[in-house]
Amino acid sequence: MPRTINTNATSLHSEAVSTDEPKDLTGFSCPVPLPARERILLGHGSGGRLSADLLRQIFLPALGNPILDRLDDQAVVSLNGIRLAVTTDSFVVKPLFFRGGNIGSLAVHGTINDLAMGGAEPLWLSAAFILEEGLPLEILKRVVDSMQEAAASAGVQIITGDTKVVEKGSADGLFINTTGIGRVRDGVSLSASNARPGDAILVSGFLGDHGIAILAEREGLRFETQVDSDSAPLHDLVAHLLAGTREIRCLRDPTRGGLSSTLNEIAAGSRVGMELDETAVPVREEVRGACEMLGLDPLYVANEGKLVGIVAPSAAQDALRALRNHPLGKDAAIIGRVNAEHPRMVVMRTLLGTTRIVDMLAGDQLPRIC
Amino acid sequence: MKYLDEYRDARIARALAAEIRRCSSRPWVLMEICGGQTHTLMRYGIDELLRGSVELVHGPGCPVCVTPLELIDRAINLARRREVTLVSYGDMLRVPGSDTDLFHLKAEGGDVRIVYSPTDAVNLARSLPERKVVFFAIGFETTAPAHAMAVLQAERLGLNNFSLLVSHVLVPPAIRSLLRSPKNRVQGFIAPGHVCTVVGCRDYEELVSEFRVPIVVGGFEPVDLLEAIRMLVIQLEAGRTELENQYVRSVQYEGNRPAQAAVARVFEAADRKWRGIGSIPKSGLFLKPEYAAFDAERIFNLHDICAQEPPECISAEVLLGHKKPTDCTAFGNRCTPDKPLGAPMVSSEGACAAYYQYKRHLVTL
Repeated sequence: MPRTINTNATSLHSEAVSTDEPKDLTGFSCPVPLPARERILLGHGSGGRLSADLLRQIFLPALGNPILDRLDDQAVVSLNGIRLAVTTDSFVVKPLFFRGGNIGSLAVHGTINDLAMGGAEPLWLSAAFILEEGLPLEILKRVVDSMQEAAASAGVQIITGDTKVVEKGSADGLFINTTGIGRVRDGVSLSASNARPGDAILVSGFLGDHGIAILAEREGLRFETQVDSDSAPLHDLVAHLLAGTREIRCLRDPTRGGLSSTLNEIAAGSRVGMELDETAVPVREEVRGACEMLGLDPLYVANEGKLVGIVAPSAAQDALRALRNHPLGKDAAIIGRVNAEHPRMVVMRTLLGTTRIVDMLAGDQLPRIC
Repeated sequence: MKYLDEYRDARIARALAAEIRRCSSRPWVLMEICGGQTHTLMRYGIDELLRGSVELVHGPGCPVCVTPLELIDRAINLARRREVTLVSYGDMLRVPGSDTDLFHLKAEGGDVRIVYSPTDAVNLARSLPERKVVFFAIGFETTAPAHAMAVLQAERLGLNNFSLLVSHVLVPPAIRSLLRSPKNRVQGFIAPGHVCTVVGCRDYEELVSEFRVPIVVGGFEPVDLLEAIRMLVIQLEAGRTELENQYVRSVQYEGNRPAQAAVARVFEAADRKWRGIGSIPKSGLFLKPEYAAFDAERIFNLHDICAQEPPECISAEVLLGHKKPTDCTAFGNRCTPDKPLGAPMVSSEGACAAYYQYKRHLVTL
């Protein structure tokens, strides 16, 4: 299960592909000609359908190879019998500081999580900075200190880096790219193409916290209860889960595009359908309230410290227990099942017992949240 | 926000649905006016719950959808001007004009900004005195008071760089035009609760007596809508035609007087073109002559910009309830939210978008 490229925040998010043949893109060198006036829209960075279009039309035809074409959150490559996971991610979150974290801690957590979702123990990170002329050094120092703190507490080292400065107006304060390398645990094979009918769908806790925390900060919204970003490193939770059972088929962290985009990607990758139970999806009261006010659906709002697990039916209860025994998974829930009935479609059983589609995000709900 | 839970209670909703099925002797044809209501009906599958007892057709109540193409072209024309900052609600940005949309224009360097409130647009004009800030003021009677207040605020502040591109439509004239159509099948209406919160119930009472048709003012949650449908079915079964108010927690008979006064001070009604439908008498709000200094169409001389709508789009028949989105041959193939032929597919409150988003799995494309 080799995998690659993943620049989360700007333009391309590899797992977002929803083509008819997600694994046959190697020879795909003759895409539909692009209209000459097409340009990058903010929606191309949403992790939804436009991001998938970029992959299909620009990146894969030019860069495709058997490892990249797997389109998971991380590439897995073998070197002298050792399986390494590699991933990269850029961070452009606005504002730089928010309740529950900042661009520095997020850049460390985000890349650790992309390694962890491949069943890898994260080992080393790189850090590359694009700084805007005029940025106060004090801000840079706070961000870098917080990266060090996040890396140290997760037990990873930042071992190489780069700095570039651009003219005032050519960036917004500071952008960070991190690349991560980890070692994949023996016997573990996780992939978005592994889901099978009957599997249980689990989430590790409340959804939508990160997106709402950022939005509240950005728009100056004051809710009765403030929401903190859930930004957190998930490798320890994953280790805990994998120690309990090996029948985990796939793990993903539902960042941009939220739960709905992640599940649609897995459904497409495995050519299966999914049915969720609306009453089982955990969303905090305050996040639900904020979403009501802003006209957002929590299923599409980003998370930075949650995982989605696809688990064999026999192991579902064990996996749920394992998640709930960890502080980062104490609100975990089984939210639905994989089925064979409507391949590549995620459907929700509503409160009233009827069904509706849970689609991939079209356009952009909230730009620059990570 | 906890107060909403009781209006989403599955037990109450199922009991109401069962009662509607029990009461209904034939499949009554009912129309919800507002796109927000359409969205709830689709999201919770209420039409599925009531199949055979009630046929729900979806009204023209999505302001984004009925904004005529030429007004979008005028907004695009404004956003192309170097001196203009165009400010809009987010929904409008994806609506296709004749040759592009505002999102693409933004990517090409146009100064297009999204706000949640017209007050933000006024504040923007204050903070950017060298720019000409134009607010794309769209909506029904619900947003009109806030837009009127924005004009009054700008006047008070003496701002000469703030104006409105007005696309305001009124609900009762649209219902009237619908009821006069020889093709009309609608036997009862769910009136939009938020509109009535502002304007009150009098206009709707007039429609009831003029056309002998029952109207229930309804809310936006599943239990609200089921209760409104039940009230309509009971009236129809009993042969009554009355105005009733289901949304009592928000709507009072007289409406919101100060809001009405603000609208009356700034705006006046005149004939307005609706996208896909055509001109409806006295169905739009326009700035009064004394506020012409805030009228972007006059300031920038936009009246000559006209547009032809794509012939394949059947939005008129959808918006008038004559056809379902799924009756359109382009639905889901040549017309999707990513590449919409018409506005009902692009706005989150459009009937076509609601069908596409929530019900695609139940139809064969």
